[in-house]
Amino acid sequence: MQRTLSLRAGILSLALLALILLGWQVAVSGSARTEVMDPEYAALMGQTATTGKSAMPGPLDVGATIWKHLKDPFYDRGPNDKGIGVQLAYSIGRVALGYGLAVLVAIPVGFLIGMSPLMSRALDPYIQILKPVSPLAWMPLALYTIKDSSLSAIFVIFICSVWPMLINTVFGVAGTRKEWLNVARTLEVSPIRRAFTVILPAAAPTILTGMRISIGIAWLVIVAAEMLVGGTGIGYFVWNEWNNLSITNVITSILVIGLVGMVLDQLLARAQRLVTFPE
Amino acid sequence: MALFDNPFDARRRFARGGCSCGAHETQAAHEAARPTGDAAIERAVEATMMRALFPHQAERRAFLRSVGLSTAAAAVSQFLPTKFVAEAFAEAGKPEKTDLKVGFIPITCATPIIMAKPMGFYEKQGLNVDVVKTAGWAVVRDKTLNKEYDAAHMLAPMPLAITMGLGSNPVPFAVPAIENVNGQAICLANKHKDNRDPKNWKGFKLAIPFDYSNHNYLLRYYLAEHGIDPDTDVQLRSVPPPEMVANLRADNIDGFLAPDNVVQRAVYDGVGFIHILSKEIWDGHPCCSFSVAQDTIREMPNATAALLRAILQATAYASKTENRKEIAAAIAPANYLNQPVTVVEQVLTGTYADGLGSVKKDPKRVAFDPFPYESFAIWTLTQMKRWGQIKGDVDYAAVAKQVYRATDAARLMKQDGLTPPEATTKTFVVMGKTFDPAKPEEYLESFKIKRAS
Repeated sequence: MQRTLSLRAGILSLALLALILLGWQVAVSGSARTEVMDPEYAALMGQTATTGKSAMPGPLDVGATIWKHLKDPFYDRGPNDKGIGVQLAYSIGRVALGYGLAVLVAIPVGFLIGMSPLMSRALDPYIQILKPVSPLAWMPLALYTIKDSSLSAIFVIFICSVWPMLINTVFGVAGTRKEWLNVARTLEVSPIRRAFTVILPAAAPTILTGMRISIGIAWLVIVAAEMLVGGTGIGYFVWNEWNNLSITNVITSILVIGLVGMVLDQLLARAQRLVTFPE
Repeated sequence: MALFDNPFDARRRFARGGCSCGAHETQAAHEAARPTGDAAIERAVEATMMRALFPHQAERRAFLRSVGLSTAAAAVSQFLPTKFVAEAFAEAGKPEKTDLKVGFIPITCATPIIMAKPMGFYEKQGLNVDVVKTAGWAVVRDKTLNKEYDAAHMLAPMPLAITMGLGSNPVPFAVPAIENVNGQAICLANKHKDNRDPKNWKGFKLAIPFDYSNHNYLLRYYLAEHGIDPDTDVQLRSVPPPEMVANLRADNIDGFLAPDNVVQRAVYDGVGFIHILSKEIWDGHPCCSFSVAQDTIREMPNATAALLRAILQATAYASKTENRKEIAAAIAPANYLNQPVTVVEQVLTGTYADGLGSVKKDPKRVAFDPFPYESFAIWTLTQMKRWGQIKGDVDYAAVAKQVYRATDAARLMKQDGLTPPEATTKTFVVMGKTFDPAKPEEYLESFKIKRAS
């Protein structure tokens, strides 16, 4: 039963894909009416204007572009033109730094806050206010105070991905079952040992959930931040291709961004499964 | 207060009868005691800044009395450009730093800055320059203020705005070279093909690249001359150039006055047509500038001078029409403008499709003339004041002289065997009206539609 279900789901997925691609191809293949132009004039105009070809690329164009990028992902032709692999590496590096910092801050701080109901209540309003702030709202402030655009991008990732982890850690730590803590107290376990052997395993699934939400946010933020500060990274790549009005490349990068985001998410999902325990 | 009086003196009045400071028996004796030379210009800049900070005399006097003279002078000079770059552009010496970063926005205005890289003008000066594409004007400004860029491509009014602290902290900037003159156009959506009279443009949504741009001032000027009040009759939006074509296609805007390749790209993609070129508003108007912080010039005078030499040489090369095709091919690739070559070529050679079905030929569509005439800055300042971006009195000549480094450019051009113009100011004609840089206030007075009181 389980096998046939996944088989059927797979077939349905593929059918949907085929349907989407087909619909896409049909939607863009029609050509608009064009006026008759004299050849000298037409030579100066783009295809959209001369042949009425849709400005939206079809799946075949996108496929060709993806292939072109995959064939040579690591080229470097000066500071403003690098392969998609190089751009991804820059973005992932920035996310790793900003997100790593956020983990280092959010989990210990979350632990401390979670163990004290007083702190938990007192800090809650601040966390709630800072949590929903958009990354782009932080950007001007970061650029102004840090005075370095790549550090600003990392700071923005940090500040945006720290909150879900912090909240989840607090929640997980505060929600450790009373019985377990009482058992630890009865056995006269030292506070540090209690934190690592009782609270941490108990809170781990919730913490990992927070980390998973955060990595998604970090990956969302990096694209926006790089579009703004420019220079390198997949966000800059999107901006640069938008500048060229190359929808084909923009679609390509949307796919790539989605793919990398999924991989990052799945990595943390794996980790989450490792620490989950049956109640 | 006379121009060269000490503006930090609380007792001094801006308007006066007799000797303005009270320390001299007659006005003649007062005048004789005034500073001269560079000190005089410095004092004039200080006075302008104090006027801008404290448009009301009572406030200025109260401020000076309450904090004391020296504190006020220190506080104000800390963030106001009262010291001069003076003789910073020294004789050709060894550059203090050879790895430089120059920011640019991907439009054809940046041609000299960009082409100097692939065509080896920087290299010839012994510099290793990275030209870095940047996402928008505000980001260029911030990265240059942060010193991430040693110099940058900015809209010609931006260094004036930055120096005076409009829209950012006041940081003294310099424009040692203009990049291009002309080369912009008003582009309208195809649906307005039969609506070419600006008088009928009430309710239009028009885009400009930035608030502090000559595009903004030229479009406002053009509209106002046709009886359209740019603040109330139409909506002007600041939109980064790359987004303009997309917005025009999406019907979010009716048109824009934008830098080129953007305009030509709209034509190329069949979404808009060229209503008029900006040279039909003011033939020979400056658009973009090569801008450096005055601090940077002071810190590394030789490197900035070498950079400027490369820019001046590149501009001279670009000013010859026979070189334009070669330049178009050099700057169109993804590393620079990232545009189809034919679009860039149409802009630079001036043989272009106008979007209405005909091929136009105008070799002067864009021209390259590096000389930063002070009168350009004065005109820009009159328009900033006209539309309420600057409040209070402006010492046009002093600010212009401080930011637009015509004298420095002339000296470097001479050293390099180029011929600079004789004078650092000139009169010019904007839509049939002559602008005399010596009489900015009268010019401003002559407009019917304006925000300045």
